[in-house]
Amino acid sequence: MTKKVRVLIAKPGLDGHDRGAKYIARALKDAGYEVIYTGLRQTPDSIVATAIQEDVNFVGLSLLSGAHKELFPKIVELLKENKADDIIVFGGGVIPDRDISFLKDNGVKAVFTPGTPIADVISFIEAQ
Amino acid sequence: MPDNRDLIKQKKTWESTTVKKVTDRFPERNENFTTGSWLPLNRLGIPNYEDKTYMDKSGFPGEYPYTRGVQPTMYRGRLWTMRQYAGFGTAEESNERYKYLLNQGQTGLSVAFDLPTQIGYDSSDQMSIGEVGKVGVAIDSLKDMEILFGGIPLDKVSTSMTINAPASVLLAFYIAVAEKQGVTKNQLTGTIQNDILKEYIARGTYIFPPTPSLRLITNIFDYCSKEVPKWNTISISGYHIREAGSTAAQEVAFTIADGIEYVKAALDTGMDVDVFAKRLSFFFNSHNDLLEEIAKFRAARRIWAKIMKERFKAKSPNSMKLRFHTQTGGSTLTAQQPDNNIVRVTIQTLAAIFGGTQSLHTNSRDEALGLPTEKSVQVALRTQQIVAHESGVANTIDPFAGSYIVEELTDKIEQEVMEYITKIDDIGGMVKAIEKGFIQKQIQDSAYKYQKEIERAERVIVGVNKFTAKEEQPNDILEVNPKLREVQIQRINEVKENRSNESVQKKLIALKKAASTTDNNLMPLILDAVREYATLGEICNVLRKEFGEYKESIVL
Amino acid sequence: MELVEEILNGDFRAIAKAISMIENDGSEKEELIDRIYPKCGRAVVWGITGPPGAGKSTLVDKLIEQERINGKKIAVIAVDPSSPFSGGAILGDRLRMQEHATDPGVFIRSMASRGHLGGVAGATTDAVKVFDAAGFDLIIIESIGVGQTEIEIIEVSDIVILVLVPGMGDEIQALKAGVMEIGDIYVINKKDHDGADKLEAEVNYMLSLKEGDQTKNPVLLTSAIHNDGIKNLISEIQIYLKNIQESMELQKKRKTRIKQEIKQIFSGKIMYEINKKINTEIMEEWAEAIYNGDISPYSFINKKVQTFLKEQK
Repeated sequence: MTKKVRVLIAKPGLDGHDRGAKYIARALKDAGYEVIYTGLRQTPDSIVATAIQEDVNFVGLSLLSGAHKELFPKIVELLKENKADDIIVFGGGVIPDRDISFLKDNGVKAVFTPGTPIADVISFIEAQ
Repeated sequence: MPDNRDLIKQKKTWESTTVKKVTDRFPERNENFTTGSWLPLNRLGIPNYEDKTYMDKSGFPGEYPYTRGVQPTMYRGRLWTMRQYAGFGTAEESNERYKYLLNQGQTGLSVAFDLPTQIGYDSSDQMSIGEVGKVGVAIDSLKDMEILFGGIPLDKVSTSMTINAPASVLLAFYIAVAEKQGVTKNQLTGTIQNDILKEYIARGTYIFPPTPSLRLITNIFDYCSKEVPKWNTISISGYHIREAGSTAAQEVAFTIADGIEYVKAALDTGMDVDVFAKRLSFFFNSHNDLLEEIAKFRAARRIWAKIMKERFKAKSPNSMKLRFHTQTGGSTLTAQQPDNNIVRVTIQTLAAIFGGTQSLHTNSRDEALGLPTEKSVQVALRTQQIVAHESGVANTIDPFAGSYIVEELTDKIEQEVMEYITKIDDIGGMVKAIEKGFIQKQIQDSAYKYQKEIERAERVIVGVNKFTAKEEQPNDILEVNPKLREVQIQRINEVKENRSNESVQKKLIALKKAASTTDNNLMPLILDAVREYATLGEICNVLRKEFGEYKESIVL
Repeated sequence: MELVEEILNGDFRAIAKAISMIENDGSEKEELIDRIYPKCGRAVVWGITGPPGAGKSTLVDKLIEQERINGKKIAVIAVDPSSPFSGGAILGDRLRMQEHATDPGVFIRSMASRGHLGGVAGATTDAVKVFDAAGFDLIIIESIGVGQTEIEIIEVSDIVILVLVPGMGDEIQALKAGVMEIGDIYVINKKDHDGADKLEAEVNYMLSLKEGDQTKNPVLLTSAIHNDGIKNLISEIQIYLKNIQESMELQKKRKTRIKQEIKQIFSGKIMYEINKKINTEIMEEWAEAIYNGDISPYSFINKKVQTFLKEQK
């Protein structure tokens, strides 16, 4: 049995800043994970469909435009509707502290803000 | 010992010709400049030894190759334009912020649009969910634009608009608002970013593929050269390339390579280089490495001047001058210990001023946390004002010239940039290099290296990987009204009720027809549609159908 | 197995889970394949290969678009390489097909090679069975596209479409060595780029040198990004498939494929048994014996094989 952890790194919304998403994707690959990257401007529906088809263990959402409060919970909700709520959702981007607890209350398992070392993301994944 | 007699003579000539021409019309800010302790301060320092390379490499300010600045008197004549990028929420809220900034002594406006506007979607579009009014103001139709500039005389302010893929539509909105104020097109001053190539590379707000996008851009060049002559038709931007993680030299290289592509595109349409090149402007980032940044700005000016003169055979000096706006580096700001950002912004401000920028936006301390509050925007503006009025650095021109290390760095950056430009030419130009993913890969590799250095603490970021502290985040972070989309949808509906839908359709059909050919300038047709209150989304959807949509080429 | 029922019903989550089980070589893999195998045999498999940057994913995207209009249910397996250093991978092919992500008639699965050479993943063959049993009409496999070793795509597909692109320079020379011969249909993509005609002539010339070939291999020009030449490509694919079906070539191909699979599974199982036997301790002991020079490797191992085979009886 050679189980591999699969992670979907997705960019919901219209934000085009993908430096962080690409960095995470590359760093997770270097840490031995299989990473699926969606590219920009993904709707919650397409992110969830992708997560299911790719049978990922994690969905990492990156968003810097401030639309996280609308879009992140929507994705969690759609996963649940599709009986895929075993897939763990985490997020990152320009997200103020006060929104973090809101996101966590709405099913986002962890939120990583700018400056988070990649080791923290990896140990989060490993802990699950 | 060899002396600098020749140079002193040349400087006298410069003063009696290039400088005098300007000072006769626009005297310097003071008759005499001194240091803070009243030592006399020369307009321009020159080598006090014989330097045979000086005229080739540096020259005098306002003279080829413009290494020392594009204006003869630089900030002794007029300080740079302090232009804070702002905009959020509704047109009303942004209008209020603009009036506040103008009252605080800001000298130009800079409009931030929300992402749906930047990508040509109406707020009512499904794709706009969550994004309306978030990173800038939401503009759906002329109605919003009328509110945005309500009470702001467009013949008095210069306005910069960060808009790219739908730049022609937003420029049309602006012209139409001006017309309603009784201001004619030839009175308008300002800039549209209009730089699509860097959207493919680094910023992501593209709509159409390269060919029709370049057509829209050259349509604007052509239209403005005749109708809106004082408008800067493009701001060729390295800012976002740097934000995406490039090095300083890559920032300049890819920006200038973009510039070359635009010049080629315009020449291909049959325009004369000296007709449009004088309205090209640039936009760079300013980072923390003070000396490298100063060298970067100086090198960029020298490279562009040479390219315009030697490669494109420009004759007018104005075609060779690299004029640029600068913004301090957003990606250098930290969410940790946000007050430290004020210090970073100060260093970056100094770099931009030593580098000879024409205008500057200073970031606010809280931008790594969210939208800046009014108070932090004020501190950012004050930072510029302190540098301008208290530091004394604006009182002599290009003070780092002749610093052994800065000159060396300037040469090194020039060399690296030229190597990249040759490579891109070999690939077949910037569009091909982007489609191949070459540029993106170069940037990503630099970004990855940089981030790894931070992770390993080989590169110290104060408050992040060293000198950290437990802290509470400030809670006065601005939040945009989440109901904004509904407000905008309501307004779109009102606009649609009050306009003549028949006329709108007519104008849109005319636009569609013109877009299906390649030789029509679309600008006048877009302006016609805008005047009838066609929405941004309606216009862009017509063009989407004709032009298709771009798909990113990703190399990881 | 509840999973089997769900797969046969075409449930996406179940299909995805099954493929992961195959990729991870899970204990229930064999039972799963045993159970679904009777439902296999309906789907047609297209293999797409060619060098990096040839536009394979974009071409697949357009093929999906067109074949959806033709009413087919389509599954895509897009293979990318695993890093030999970390074992990780970035799977980015589907990026160009994301417009189909929410289409209930399209299933796109990215697969890392996980050390498997040959341009596809070890799990590809069994994943094809899952899609086949789940009722997909067409399965498209996009191989890695690294160059010379890309030949396993023949062993998993009914038809191989080799995608080339002008301006590859010397790469075409390298490809000629082996990969250039594996195409059933040759596509010259980015036909609007300089050198497309020259490449077309080169490919035609190369094909004319192929000895004793019965079937004619079409050479087509496309510009996938502009959706140009796609319909023509599909109709050529259909004609080719019809021809090889009528000439029984397809059936022969499929049987060859099964033979290949038999060999693979068989040797895999034997290897497994052997690996179970030869633990590091035994290995150390044997190496020691040979190292001491008392016996040559051949006679030593021949003896061990005899013993091994006896034990298996």
